[in-house]
Amino acid sequence: MKQKVIMSENRSKIKTLRQLFLSTLYLSAFTFGGGYVIITLMKQKFVDKLHWIDEDEMLDLVAIAQSSPGPIAVNGAIVLGYKLAGIAGIFCSVLGAVIPPFVILTIISFFYQAFKDSAVIQSLLAGMTCGVSAVIMSVVFDMASGIVKGKDPILIVVMILAFICNYVLKVNVILIILFCVVLGVVLTLIRTRKEAEKS
Amino acid sequence: MIYLQLFLAFLQIGAFSFGGGYAAMPLIQAQVIDRYGWLSMSDFTDLVTIAEMTPGPIAINAATFVGNQMAGIPGALCATLGVILPSCLFVSILAYLYNRYRNLSVMKGVLGTLRPAVVAMILSAGLSILLSCIFEGGLAGMMAALESASASAALASGFRWRHLLLVIAAFFVLRKWKNVNPILVMTGCGIVELICYLI
Repeated sequence: MKQKVIMSENRSKIKTLRQLFLSTLYLSAFTFGGGYVIITLMKQKFVDKLHWIDEDEMLDLVAIAQSSPGPIAVNGAIVLGYKLAGIAGIFCSVLGAVIPPFVILTIISFFYQAFKDSAVIQSLLAGMTCGVSAVIMSVVFDMASGIVKGKDPILIVVMILAFICNYVLKVNVILIILFCVVLGVVLTLIRTRKEAEKS
Repeated sequence: MIYLQLFLAFLQIGAFSFGGGYAAMPLIQAQVIDRYGWLSMSDFTDLVTIAEMTPGPIAINAATFVGNQMAGIPGALCATLGVILPSCLFVSILAYLYNRYRNLSVMKGVLGTLRPAVVAMILSAGLSILLSCIFEGGLAGMMAALESASASAALASGFRWRHLLLVIAAFFVLRKWKNVNPILVMTGCGIVELICYLI
């Protein structure tokens, strides 16, 4: 009797893992347009459709995925996998998220030399790169105007200085990021102390 | 030891790209082009374009592509493992802390200070791509043209007017119709360029 219960528990866990793997595999294979899109689709799948997680918790999980370093789609897969099935869950969901881009880019990389020598493909790629430049500039425009509208002088100065350091002075990207992490910790501590003094 | 180099380079990319998507771009550029010279700038712009056209996070696309180009499938596995390892560690720890304390305020504060720097660095990487798209040889080519004996003639001959027009047109479309699919805009640019080439 007891053994039967354990067996059925095992079976349901395997079912969860399989579903987790297949869902992230599917989302990763068909999601164009970056991490934020895939996170929305994960919410639709796991909150609205499967009801495995409630909405509030999902929002916090998304916040964790977005505030951690690394690709957001992978981070999202990790928090979901961890939440639903622990370490085994992380393994399955990350594998699902990584396999599609890995396979696709391996195939492309295999043909890249031939691609590069074809004048037709070259001009197609050159044209698309123009489009990519415009997309990146448009994204930067939105993000930068969001920061300017926030009207926090420190953040605006950080943005300008970071640009000069990176583009003109060629300062190491990692140094800039580390500096901002330290600055962020200091500013947050000052802010919480001020709030504590007020109350 | 190319496998170790690939692993370590992409480990840094994974560990320091905060903010997803394009945030990885300046780091990939710093490691893959500036530090190790694994890709040329034109390979890099091709890579960003391919990554944009295929599903999956740009960091994983880049890891798979660069790994494959440098050391075949084992290289791709090392690079991909490197890029997701920091996520796995960091996100798991954060998810665990969240389950215990349910408080993400310092994390959010740090992220707030990081965001302007990330925007600035995306702009900086985007400018490199834009320049290599509208000028023969990118920034280096432009500098060489400026230093040559007949600077204005060299500048004029290296300048790709059609690409500049394409970028401006794509940017206009993206700003005017906010919901337009960027992949559609990019494909459109590619087709226009291809038609111009064939004519």
